[in-house]
Amino acid sequence: MRNVVVVAYEQSEIVRNAGACNEVELIMPIYRKVMEKCGLHSVQDVDFTCSGSCDYQQGAAFSFVMAIDALGAVPPIKESHVEMDAAWAFYEAWLKIQMGQADSAFLYGFGKCSPGELPIVLSQQLDPYYMAPLWVDSIAFAAMQARALLEKGDISEADMAEVVSRSRANAKHNPHAQLKGDFSIEQLLAEPMYESPLRRHDCCPVSDGASAMVIATEEKAKEWGRPYARLTGIDHRIETSVFGARDLTQSVSTKIAGEKAGVGNGKVDVAELYAPFSHQEIILKRALGLDDDTVVNPSGGVLAGNIMMASGLSRIGEVANRIIAGEAQRGVAHATSGPALQQNLVAVLEGAN
Amino acid sequence: MAAHADTLTQEFTLGYTYTRSTGPVVGRFLQALRDRQCVGIKGSDGKVYVPPVEFDPHTAAQLDEFVDVADCGEVVNWTWVSQPRTAHPSDKPFAWAMVKLDGADVPMLHWVDAASADAMSTGMRVKARWAKQTKGFITDINGFVAEDATVDTDYEVVEGADAIKWVESPSYLKYLFTAGKAPARFLKALADGKLTGQRDPITGEVYIPPRGSSPKHGVPTTEEVVLSDKATVQSFTIVHIPIPGNPIKPPYVIANLVLDGAHISFLHLLSECNNEDVRIGMRVEALWRDKSEWGYTMDNILYFRPIDEPDMPVDQIGKLNKEG
Repeated sequence: MRNVVVVAYEQSEIVRNAGACNEVELIMPIYRKVMEKCGLHSVQDVDFTCSGSCDYQQGAAFSFVMAIDALGAVPPIKESHVEMDAAWAFYEAWLKIQMGQADSAFLYGFGKCSPGELPIVLSQQLDPYYMAPLWVDSIAFAAMQARALLEKGDISEADMAEVVSRSRANAKHNPHAQLKGDFSIEQLLAEPMYESPLRRHDCCPVSDGASAMVIATEEKAKEWGRPYARLTGIDHRIETSVFGARDLTQSVSTKIAGEKAGVGNGKVDVAELYAPFSHQEIILKRALGLDDDTVVNPSGGVLAGNIMMASGLSRIGEVANRIIAGEAQRGVAHATSGPALQQNLVAVLEGAN
Repeated sequence: MAAHADTLTQEFTLGYTYTRSTGPVVGRFLQALRDRQCVGIKGSDGKVYVPPVEFDPHTAAQLDEFVDVADCGEVVNWTWVSQPRTAHPSDKPFAWAMVKLDGADVPMLHWVDAASADAMSTGMRVKARWAKQTKGFITDINGFVAEDATVDTDYEVVEGADAIKWVESPSYLKYLFTAGKAPARFLKALADGKLTGQRDPITGEVYIPPRGSSPKHGVPTTEEVVLSDKATVQSFTIVHIPIPGNPIKPPYVIANLVLDGAHISFLHLLSECNNEDVRIGMRVEALWRDKSEWGYTMDNILYFRPIDEPDMPVDQIGKLNKEG
């Protein structure tokens, strides 16, 4: 195995509506920043480029192709795209590097959800015979997952509110966050139900934005003379699409991915978990075997702002930046996709020393 | 299109009615629904899945043992939608629910019509409320209702209908599309009858329509360049196929046109000449619609038409006047 490291990560502001900003205008500023951080001029200086996005979010066909106008892909570059969160673009680039096809890669994810009605847009990714024609919104699955946990006695509504309260408080230190501030558990529990048993704050907001990253082999990063965080394990797993056949109270796929990625092989200082709904942070923490010694979602996580198709890459970036800054020695990043945590990716990052 | 400060927005619907093949398993289930009946399938471990699945989610074995189940059962999980969305099956608050039909082991997702969240509970008994007219689609169940509720059973009987092999599945999504900052500047100038490109700060090349960046270098383009409406044909095609919904009668010419002072082409119509006379290097100019009809669209130009100027040599098209 070749050692792969994260050299730089940048994220745009997470906003409810980026207004008059197309994909090019969302990506270009962070693309330039991340390149500058690596001392690189453009994508011509890396071996591979891979992105994650979904055209249905903004309703613009081939927006993932138009996004390449942000990069300066002349002469043509070696490029790929996943119609998924860019965390899976990260995985593809990692594979490419393992195969010896590249020593460095530029990754980005973007999402402009404001033009559409995201929970309804996402309904069309469901089973096309049994579910999509009912227009089951994405919140419904999470809501039933929360009810399964509550009725089993695994969690309380106060536990869910605690996750939200901590997310918003942590987000005060995240200049990019969309939702931040001081909210007590009592205050949150006094809010009305939205899709019961979820209150509106139990659900991540709908957001616009982008994130970008450069990864490389350890040798390449040394050649560039830049600090980095080393990836020591990565794995992703998916569960059945037959929703009724899943045990919603746990995340089997996260548990296996976490074991394969080696989460338990050392102390975890920090974890960034992609939990779009408050109770899911608790499920994920348990699936990964994290205890209270781990700081979970210091960025505020996606409850403080969720750029669909970029948030997973952002989780990896948030952990990497904390390791590079020396605030943590070892961390876990998690990304998810599909209804009620159907598919999950886990990455373990460590300091270079 | 509406303009608010710097933003240009346009409502539109992205959609298609898909014709999907059902295969024997899904088809059998939908056929049963059309007859107001429910059918499941036995999994590898003997559990009955409703709706039936083609492959066992655990063993991946192909399944084929159909089992008749009741059209009533128990709510095993649910959520109350306090603010229904336009696309939802109910326009008043309702519940999404996992319903385990009698005779099934795996619950199915559907919706429940109930008066309020208080009327819902895990374990409650419900029955399918059948549509007056069924067609072999998941919506043939017009939601579930409490088992003791009265339902209108004045059904239309489907007689001698064929086996279901296909379904028509409409998927329409509404968006409020927003033009990017650079395209918005271009479109606003266009609404005033001006063709405005943007200059690449590194190469000096001018792009129209602009997307806000130099695609060659990935840097923002900020300088606007007003261009003439004269252009050169870089390439063209003669369209002979009628396009549904297109008012223009074939054969007609679509050309790649490079405006004078620009370094990239765009597509537009070419007319007022014999299609056979169109050639690469031909000089053309825009024929604008009446000013009263102008909007934020390239449709302000009806088409381009030939002008009496000598052809431009092929190797010079799009390469002149870098300094603007």
